[in-house]
Amino acid sequence: MASLRADFTLPLRDFELTLALDVARTVALVGPSGAGKTSVLRAIAGLAQPSRGRIELGGETWLDVERGIDLRPEDRRVGFVFQEYALFPHLSVRANVAYGGRARVDELLERFQIEHLADELPSKLSGGERQRVALARALARDPAILLLDEPLSALDAHTKSQVRSELRELLQSLDLPTLLVTHDYEDAASLADEVGVIVEGRLRQLAAPAELVARPQDAFVASFTGANLLHGTARRAGDDLTEVRLPGGEQLFSTDTGEGEVGVIVYPWEISVARSHTVDSALNVVRGEIGSVVEVGNRVRVRIGPVTAEITASSSERLELEVGGVAYATFKATGTKLVPLG
Amino acid sequence: MRVSPTKLIAQLGNPVVTDALVVSLKTTLAAQALILAIGTPTAFVLASHRFRGRSLVVTLVELPLVLPPAVAGIGLLAAFGRTGLLHSSIAFTQTAVVLAVAFVASPLYVRAAIAAFEGVDAKLIAASRTLGAGPYRTFFRVVLPLARGGLLAGAALAFARGLGEFGATIMFAGSLRGVTQTLPLAVYSQFDVNFDVALAVSALLVLISAALLVTLKWLPSAPTSRFRFATSS
Repeated sequence: MASLRADFTLPLRDFELTLALDVARTVALVGPSGAGKTSVLRAIAGLAQPSRGRIELGGETWLDVERGIDLRPEDRRVGFVFQEYALFPHLSVRANVAYGGRARVDELLERFQIEHLADELPSKLSGGERQRVALARALARDPAILLLDEPLSALDAHTKSQVRSELRELLQSLDLPTLLVTHDYEDAASLADEVGVIVEGRLRQLAAPAELVARPQDAFVASFTGANLLHGTARRAGDDLTEVRLPGGEQLFSTDTGEGEVGVIVYPWEISVARSHTVDSALNVVRGEIGSVVEVGNRVRVRIGPVTAEITASSSERLELEVGGVAYATFKATGTKLVPLG
Repeated sequence: MRVSPTKLIAQLGNPVVTDALVVSLKTTLAAQALILAIGTPTAFVLASHRFRGRSLVVTLVELPLVLPPAVAGIGLLAAFGRTGLLHSSIAFTQTAVVLAVAFVASPLYVRAAIAAFEGVDAKLIAASRTLGAGPYRTFFRVVLPLARGGLLAGAALAFARGLGEFGATIMFAGSLRGVTQTLPLAVYSQFDVNFDVALAVSALLVLISAALLVTLKWLPSAPTSRFRFATSS
């Protein structure tokens, strides 16, 4: 399986997108909207013209600005699944798939379980069905790389989780380098082997999902992976302890080292919730008003003052957590990380 | 001026009328072909590219729309007349009628075509390219079918306008029966010769125009918007 090597600069309206990336398996780029994620895909597909750089797949050079090589989109073997799928509205499902290539139409219709929709127009399909047609069409082109732009954002929450697991299985079985972009870290982490966090056209960190959570490079990466982020001023408080003073005057302790303005990171699942102040081994206690109590599957996310804790539904019931009440969030100094702000 | 319908219909057999009908059909269809052949690529380029001088080109394309037809005729004479810039001899021939009609009616088509092409979702064009289709295949298989409603509507309007062309034609092509005398020119020439013929031809033109407008209403002119809606969920 040939992998993609891309290293280019693409001027956008507000900033320059600069990226160096190898895609061998499945890579997801996550970032806020307007970070330039879609432009990465467009540049690789030949729909946008970088001002500098090279894009190669296997032994083929698709772009080399210095040598004046810039293959047209139709000459690059990409399977591009657009956001909201961009199915041809005047063509049937079968004709849409055949547009990418006639050789494997029946096989693909069967594989994606859309044979019964073959003669329908895209307007008659549900979101999940449209996505399957878009994937079948992209694969009919016999691509060397798959590019997925926000593959799950056009779906409602109900179908999303099912489509996500179907998509994960598909990507695992395809054995094609895949680059997908999404604004949702959870989608990225569940679909990809490697996740890159991209902000204002720069790749901040590229690592396995677990690695991003374990060792975020900066405050932005940490908050994007779902961590709590508290700003404060750090000072050494002993041999193996750093004290961080928050703007409100509270003190937190971390076993990580840092100095000056830092971000304290703590993941929601590292935080325990109590209704009264109990003394235990946890050094950090944040007292605050309960801002929200939201069920997420079998867990409950509780907002206490500036932090969000994630606890089981049964604990939440036992504690009788209600919005407006007071609760204590406690976490160990070993459960925190200090990162530079940025 | 009370004339019975049967008498009006009988007037349509008058050789002046049949001659004018033949001239009108030939020249309007030829002009229509000219408008479609030149106007379609022009409109597509104007709709899909932003370049320096684009608004100047758009203004030039739309100019005949606001120009008094007689002025357009003088302009065509200045360009194509025997003593004109190009020293050609097409003034006062049937070709001159075709040119006059095409000149005056083209903006109606081109304007509609630009709007129709602009209405085609750029993402669909990009999708077609990434699926291996070059610019020509993309144009004929994606852009043209999706813009069809707007293009047909523009073509029908241009045809109706061309059929009624009077001012530029009489200035540039004259009113020679069987050669350059179209239906509107026949109305004018018969006005003080045989009023009933003028009336019959006028009635015929009203009927044709109305028929065109009705056809226009039946055309699927909405598909671009409906189709675009269909692609988003």
